[in-house]
Amino acid sequence: MSETPEGTRDPVVTPVRVVIALCLLAPFVAMLWVGSYAKVDPAFIGIPFFYWYQMLWVLVSTALTMVAYQLWQRDQRARKTRTGGAAQ
Amino acid sequence: MNDGVNGVALAVFIFFFLAVTIVGFMAARWRKAENEHSLDEWGLGGRSFGTWITWFLLGGDLYTAYTFVAVPAAIYAAGAAGFFAVPYTILVYPLIFTFLPRLWSVSHKHGYVTTSDFVRGRWGSKGLSLAVALTGILATMPYIALQLVGIQAVLDVMGVGGGENTNWFVKDLPLLIAFGVLAAYTYSSGLRAPALIAFVKDTLIYLVIAVAIIYIPIKLGGFDDIFAKAGEAFSQTNPATGKPRGSLVPAEAGQWTYATLALGSALALFMYPHSITATLSSKSREVIRRNTTILPLYSLMLGLLALLGFMAIAAGVKVTNGQLAIPQLFEDMFPAWFAGVAFAAIGIGALVPAAIMSIAAANLFTRNIYKDFIRPDATPAQETKVSKLVSLLVKVGALVFVLTMDKTVAINFQLLGGIWILQTFPALVGGLFTRWFHRWALLAGWAVGMVYGTVAAYGVASPTQKHFGGSSDEIPGIGEIGYIGLTAFVLNVVVTVILTFVLKAAKAPEGIDETRPEDYTADAGDPGVQTELPPATAGTSH
Repeated sequence: MSETPEGTRDPVVTPVRVVIALCLLAPFVAMLWVGSYAKVDPAFIGIPFFYWYQMLWVLVSTALTMVAYQLWQRDQRARKTRTGGAAQ
Repeated sequence: MNDGVNGVALAVFIFFFLAVTIVGFMAARWRKAENEHSLDEWGLGGRSFGTWITWFLLGGDLYTAYTFVAVPAAIYAAGAAGFFAVPYTILVYPLIFTFLPRLWSVSHKHGYVTTSDFVRGRWGSKGLSLAVALTGILATMPYIALQLVGIQAVLDVMGVGGGENTNWFVKDLPLLIAFGVLAAYTYSSGLRAPALIAFVKDTLIYLVIAVAIIYIPIKLGGFDDIFAKAGEAFSQTNPATGKPRGSLVPAEAGQWTYATLALGSALALFMYPHSITATLSSKSREVIRRNTTILPLYSLMLGLLALLGFMAIAAGVKVTNGQLAIPQLFEDMFPAWFAGVAFAAIGIGALVPAAIMSIAAANLFTRNIYKDFIRPDATPAQETKVSKLVSLLVKVGALVFVLTMDKTVAINFQLLGGIWILQTFPALVGGLFTRWFHRWALLAGWAVGMVYGTVAAYGVASPTQKHFGGSSDEIPGIGEIGYIGLTAFVLNVVVTVILTFVLKAAKAPEGIDETRPEDYTADAGDPGVQTELPPATAGTSH
């Protein structure tokens, strides 16, 4: 591709960015693998597993997105200070 | 449907309805900018909304009255299969986290109001932009119609609207009034009206769900009893199909359908014009990212709401039209005054998205059909005027749709709309990350996806309908039953990629890309990014 930026830019793939990607990817794996949660037991206060597990994932995926957001913020800030006033 | 009018509930309903009407008209004066005659003002609320307003607006926009009625109705009818709405809304947020901030940035940099604006600018193709605009308008119209169906369901249960033998005018009068009021304040206040009303709507909805999820199970003897009764009801044989009515957990065969519906719907949601309108009205890139972390609160509410479908079964609600199950449950379970609050929540829940959808469809028409093809020299004031008029026309169209045609027609079209809108994904989201695709290949892929999706959906039969009986069909090559929209989307991408190779080899003209890589990461405060006022007025002031 012709989009490779010139000069001494940071690498596109860094460990932090891999973690961000995993945080965003995890809900897809968990939710699309329906076989892993299509069962009645164990029930929680009478609600079958199938339902409470997915509702729990609303909270888990929210937490993961929040982590991704925080890491991304930090990543961007670090990059800005490193490139200094070079951009504008 | 019901014996007599529920007076107390109706009075409460009317009270809330009047309150939001006043709010709707007053919204015109809220956070008003100098240049009220620009499309940025009327159609995007001045692009000035912060995190919380955006949260209410997006929540009010995406979780519509129809959702509130239809999701529990699907559970009531078939059990587990209807719960796919929950994984669907879980997947939406990590997804938009990746691409929506880029769309926000490039739109602010270039003053794009619609997705088609971006598609035209990125791919340099008016044809592709027209295809995206038409798809958006076509997919939105039946969605607006369904909002009116949601209001109708509530009115029916309250006993207004009458039975089969009342005169049509008396029957439809309440809906006509609700509609007239909605049209009037959308016309005068633009996107500010639904943004303010969304506060009222969501407060009511959260209140009703919180009460319902505690109060109703107590009355019904706890979740154990509710699910035991529901399981029993689902195991009974449906005379129409000869199979059990539904199940508490999806069977092996239904799991592909469940997953593909969740994924396909998640991909499609932010292709809808009304989602993008609400997104672009926010004032910075950060507002959007932050919203992806707080919007899931609505998904939690949706999950709880879905459980009401089981409660309706356990409470012995018997309705022939599944759409009435939840309103009927509220009427049976709650004291009259609180039923009124619940009905008001659903009714107002219909007004917010209907307003945003009509604004979004009108913006598409104005920017990508009127300005691109009819009057290229239209001024911002003229654009706004056309948009306001079209927003009225769109709503009248939806009303005529609901009043003259069977409800199933609106539902069929909504189902098709979801399949169609997903076909704009490659041009839009693809374009946000790469310019590799060829514009003609994207257009061809879109066309193939549209045709395949429509034909496949037409061919699905159900016990009650010969055509459009559902949204899933056998996936060619895999043999499992899956969401047609997703199959069409995969086909769309394959065609696009192959044709891109062919067209590149043939050196077909690529079109001019007016965006630059740094436009996609620009934020409020960067040079050249309009935060509040569009350039027209900024220039005239000195």
